[in-house]
Order: sequence, then C-alpha cells, then structure tokens
Amino acid sequence: MSAVVTRTAPSPWRALLRPGTLIPAIVLLVAIAWAVAPGLFTGISPTASVGPSLQAPSAEHWFGTDSTGRDVFARVIHGASQSISGALIAVLVGLVVGTTIGVAAGATGGLVEEALMRVVDVLLAIPSLLLSLSVVILLGFGTTNAAIAVGITSIAVFARLARSQVVGVRVSEYVEAAYGSGGTALGVLWRHILPNSLTPVIALAALQLGSAILQISTLGFLGYGAPPPTPEWGLLIAEGRNYVATAWWLTVLPGVVVVLVVLATNRLSQAIRGGEAA
Amino acid sequence: MSEPLLTIDDLRVSYRTGRGDVDAVRGVSLEVRAGEVTALVGESGSGKSTVAQSTIGLLASNGRIAGGSIRLNERREGVTDLVGLSERRWRGLRGRCIALIPQDPGNSLNPVATIGASVGEALRIHGWRDQAKVRARVLELLEQVEIDDPATRAKQYPHELSGGMRQRVLIAAALALEPELIIADEPTSALDVTVQRTVLDLLDRLREQSGTGLLLITHDLAVAADRADALVVMRGGTVQEAGPAASVLAAPAADYTRALLADAPSLTRVVEREPVVVAAGERPLVEVAGLRQEFRRGAGREPLVAVDDVSFAVARGTTHAIVGESGSGKTTTGRAIAAFGHATAGAIRVGDVDVTGLRSARDRRAFRRSTQLVYQNPYGSLDPRQSIERVLEEPLRNFGIGSKADRAGRVAQVLEQVALAPEIAQRSPRELSGGQRQRVAIARALILQPELVVFDEAVSALDVTVQAQILRLLARLQAELGLTYVFISHDLAVVRQIADTVSVLQRGRQVEHGAVAQVFDAPQHDYTKQLLAAIPGSSLREERP
Repeated sequence: MSAVVTRTAPSPWRALLRPGTLIPAIVLLVAIAWAVAPGLFTGISPTASVGPSLQAPSAEHWFGTDSTGRDVFARVIHGASQSISGALIAVLVGLVVGTTIGVAAGATGGLVEEALMRVVDVLLAIPSLLLSLSVVILLGFGTTNAAIAVGITSIAVFARLARSQVVGVRVSEYVEAAYGSGGTALGVLWRHILPNSLTPVIALAALQLGSAILQISTLGFLGYGAPPPTPEWGLLIAEGRNYVATAWWLTVLPGVVVVLVVLATNRLSQAIRGGEAA
Repeated sequence: MSEPLLTIDDLRVSYRTGRGDVDAVRGVSLEVRAGEVTALVGESGSGKSTVAQSTIGLLASNGRIAGGSIRLNERREGVTDLVGLSERRWRGLRGRCIALIPQDPGNSLNPVATIGASVGEALRIHGWRDQAKVRARVLELLEQVEIDDPATRAKQYPHELSGGMRQRVLIAAALALEPELIIADEPTSALDVTVQRTVLDLLDRLREQSGTGLLLITHDLAVAADRADALVVMRGGTVQEAGPAASVLAAPAADYTRALLADAPSLTRVVEREPVVVAAGERPLVEVAGLRQEFRRGAGREPLVAVDDVSFAVARGTTHAIVGESGSGKTTTGRAIAAFGHATAGAIRVGDVDVTGLRSARDRRAFRRSTQLVYQNPYGSLDPRQSIERVLEEPLRNFGIGSKADRAGRVAQVLEQVALAPEIAQRSPRELSGGQRQRVAIARALILQPELVVFDEAVSALDVTVQAQILRLLARLQAELGLTYVFISHDLAVVRQIADTVSVLQRGRQVEHGAVAQVFDAPQHDYTKQLLAAIPGSSLREERP
C-alpha cells in the first residue's frame, strides 16, 4: 500500500554532506589541523623576524609581516593550538561541572535542587567578562588559567540547560515505567534520563566552543591571557591594534580567521540540534 | 433531486515527503445534502482528515490535490468548484459557507483571547464593524450552544472552561455566520461519553433548525450509526463502502465494514471469555479499603480530594474494572494499587503485601515483581532510544534474573506470548505501530511473571480493530497465565466484555460496585444509568438484538 511509508532515520552521513554542514566542518578541521601540526602548513617560525616590518600581504607572506618583521600567517597557524586547546579546556570545564550540577539538581529535586540552582543564579548574575577577569587575577595569568576562567563563566548556562532537560525527561511515562519495572534511581538515571536529555547539551558545547575562542581572544587582547611573544589570536589582534590605519592586515586577517572558526562551530552546533529534532 | 450541497468526485490528494510522494487519498467520492449528515468513518491513517482539510482548503503545505473535483452548491454564488480556488476566494468562503469544528478542544482556542473574542472573530473577519452587534450575536450563539451565563463566559479565557465547554465554544464559532456546510473532524473523541452525547445532540438539533449539512468525521462506527444519514467507510485512502447509513450497517457489503462492525465493542461482543469461577471463602488477591487520596494545592487552599473512601476486592484470576469520566479518580486509584502514589488514608493489600505501608524505595522495588502497570499512551511509555529487546530485558536486569542467554530466551518467549514476531526485538519503538507498541508494553509487564497487572486506559488510544485484538490478547493471557487484572477505562462497552466486577467512580467517590452483569443490567445509581445511556450505537443495538 503506497500510503504506508516505512520510517527510516535519514543517514547521518548524508546530513553531513550538505554544504551548510560540510563547509563549517572543513573550516573546523583545518583549524584543528593547524593546532595539532602547525609545521605542515608553514615552515616559518612564529617568533623569528623573517623580513622587513609591516609588509602588506604577498605571495611570500600571505598575511604580511608585523612591526618586528614576523610572518603573521605563521603566527596565526601556531596560535591555533593556543586558542583551540584553550577553548576545549574552557568548554570541558563548563560541560563537566555545569552538567553535573544540572543533572544532580534535576534528578534529585527538592532542597538540593533549590540550593544548587540558586548558586547557579549567582554565577549567572555576574557579567561573564568581569567573572573571568576576577578568576584570572586569582589564578594568575596564562592561557590555561584564562581558559579555566572562561569555562567557569559557562557553568551556569550548561547547568540550567541540563537541569531543564532532565526535569522534562524525568516526568515522562517511560521513566516512570522504568521505575515500575524495578529500576533503581541510579539505573534509571543512567539508562533513560541521561541518554534522552544530553543531546541539546552536546549541541550547546559545540556552540560554546566558538564563544570560548572569542572570550579567550578577548582576555588575550586585554592582556590577561598568554604573555607575548606567544602567538595567541587575541594577542595578535591586540598587537596589531596600533597599526590599524597603516597596516590593516595585522588586525583584519587574524580577525577574519577567528570569525570563520566561531561561525563554523555555530553552524555545526545547529546541525547537531537539527539532527536531534528530526 | 437537486444538486447536493457538497459533491466530492474522485478526489486524489498526495503529500510530498522526503521519500517521494505519498498518495493519502486515492479516488474518494461522497456527497453531503443540505440538512443531512454524512459520516466519514475510518481508522487513523485512512485519509479521512485529509478529505476534510481539502474540502476547506487547509491542506498541510506539502499536500496537493492531484485530481478530482470538490463542488459546493453555494446559496449565493451557485455551484463553485473548490479545487484550485485562490486564497482570496477561500477567505470569502471559509466561515461564511464552510466551517470547521476542529478535533482537539484543548489546543484549538487561542489561549490569550477571551471566549467572546474567539467566537466573534469570524464575524469581524467577514466585515461586521459594529461592536455592539458582534457582542449581541456572540451572546446569542453561546446561548444557542447551551452555555450557561453567556455574558460571564464570554469574558473568560479557554483555560477556565472544561473540555466539553470548549468544544461547545468551537461549535458556536463555527456557527457564527450560519454556514451551509459544517465539517466536524472527530468533534467528540477527546470528550467523556456523557459530554460526547450532549455535544452530538446539540449538533443534531442545530442542524435540524438551520438546515446545515454536516460532514462528520469519526473513527467510531457506533457514533456514525447513531447520527448519520449516509455513511462512507474509508481505508488506506480509498472508499470501501458508501451508501445510506441504515442499509450499510444492516447489510455491509465490504469485508472491511464487516470487520469494523465485528470489532466495535459497543455493537457486538468482541471478546470470548470464560467466566471465572471463584471458590467461596477464598481470600481475594487485592483488597482496597477506605482509600483516600488528597493532593496539596499550595498554601491557603483546601487540598484536592481525588479519591474519597473507595473500597473493593478482586478475586485471584478475575478482572476488576474501574470506570468513570475524567477527573473521577480512577487513574489515581489504579496508581495507588501499583504503588505509584502515597495514599492519604485507607489500606491496600495485594497478596501478602500491605501496599500503603511500603515506605522505602527497596520495598516498593520488591513489590514490582508481583504488580505491574501498563500505561494508556503506547507512544510515551517506551524509551525512544532503546531497542525493543533492551526494553523487554530491562526488568530482568533490574532484578538480576537469569544470565544473558536466559534473558534473550525469555524475551523471545514473551514476544511470542503477545503475538509479535521475534524480529521485532531488534527494532526501535519509533518503527512500530501503536498496537505493536502496546503489545510491547504488555510484554514488558508480563516478563516478570506478575500476579496482578493494572491497565490504565490501555486500549483507549487504539483504533477499534487493534483494540479488539488487544482485548482478545488480554483475555487469552489471563486464561493461560491465571493473571489478575485491574482495568481502568472510561469505555463501558469495553468493560462489559472484559471485566468480572466493576467499580463506578464519580468525582472520587465510588457510587456503585459489584458484578458487571448486575451493575450494567440493573444499575442503581443515576450516574451509572447516565454512563450506560451515553454509550454510542444504541440505535444499532436495538435493531440487532
């Protein structure tokens, strides 16, 4: 009968091949490759002077050279490892701590939930830049510390999302049915509640990856991240700031790289979320 | 005879989907005459709602009329072909000539608009400018659909009204401009039987007064039998049988119509069941005494009493039914028996276990081995991420029963018991139909070999033929395994066939209980009489004793 259509889930690989997913995926893969093996993409040292200062982009130096004659493209490539590993640490801190708090609050309910969520509300009330600056000052400067600081600012968002998902799944019939077939609280949490509530949290993690890169760059730009001459993306833009009028490439081209990577994570996160809805 | 009000001729509708076009309606023809009712009967997925949507030009955006014609014999503009009409023309027709009474009264009213505004909207759209006149007409309409105190109701919001009341408001809105044709898409399937009856009576009366034609879409052959002049039976997008209602029902020509008639619990006996003989003096398996359940409603308000002083006993191997309308406390009672609630007062005993005394999570867990609950909604009670095999073996894993191989054997065995193919084990719930899912839910309850199974409206969400199959399955399992059932239902026709004893609940109080034959054949309480009288299909039962 033609009115009956067998329902099969669309293959995830086909979804990946759509241009809206493919291009961001390629951008991210390139950025990650830069971070893992910068030597494959450029033979130039990021800290050595290789030519006259403040040269415009050319075939030899794609992104031009900076005020001390360092190759900007090489610095961007080597900066990837700083920025991306920083972002990963930041997201990991937020994901693990935030989700743990959120799941604990959502699964237990009552006083524990109230206490945890009020702490989260306090975190949410402090402007994130202020919070991360305070944490960096407490922990000391450096890329890792800046990353942890950025991660702490995203705990609240993860906790709230995880809690709302868990609360929604917890009252569903199949969870009650699982208790009804003799499940223990931990067993039901592990087998039913977590698998059914964490997809949006993973999507948020992908989204946060982009904003973490942005925030770490912000901290770098303000001088709270990696110390010079480390090639970190935020720091690169900060160093080029004095030459905006005469040497635009020092700020614009690293800036474009940051924008592309952030947009790519954003698009990918939406693809994860869309896949969940289907 | 003159041209009928609505003529649908060889209608074809297809939906564009990700996997190519799906033909939902394939050559349907029907007529609606002025002042008469044509009932379109079929199961879910038969395409009956698609026909309704095509007739009012509100097909989903991926739907397309592929062929055929829909002609409306309109009083102002004469015969109009509705296929391919411009959106502008449609706006002129909808509400004025054709009106729709939607299926779900819960979602069909704008929650932030007052009742008066919702009813008056059609008037305003069609150019009524005088506010005072609109208000007067709205009050008149609300009175017409028998809503008490229309002036107050018009200022209220949908959440302040009950389901039956909201359905009346929707009918009032549909009637606002005195349309020639009303399409009622399952107008009562979300309502209690007594409310269903009053709403259908109301539609009948209004139709007789105004001479409106009614296209009644329903899955319930008994409702159609009571109300319709002409009957069209649909299945899989095609018409199986059509003709005057009386002759179709008296002498059905199509196999499918015969199957529908044979499976409708309100018309015929669908389950053959040996009456269970209970030895005198045997201790009942379940005893409920003075059960009371209150729910807190926040500070400063009286607690809501959901169940008030309910007592009954269920003998081993029999079925006890709890019947009542929504809000009668029947589900609360069932959940209390399955240890899913904390009773405020009273005692429940199942076997040797004092259920109301189960305080710790451990004791409750242990109790689940002997008592299982099956839910109403087969779409919500299975974890969408688990395969059927995982769903079924979970109870065994929870109680550490058997090795891995043993469990696989038990899963295969229980699938066979509920008449499902062994391959089903590898599927996910998404790939199964509603009836198959409900079988899986029953299998999950049976795999622990419980003594007592509580069914909470377990067949209400299913189509009649599937419902009949499940009922037969339940009767067979009870006979084979000696199970005891507590069967919660609002459908008295089903209860009459599957239960031995029954409790009738009204607003938390047990108004009557006893053996099914005694309660149903000689009801003592007015409420029981009302419920029995409201079972649709009475016209047919009288004709076919």
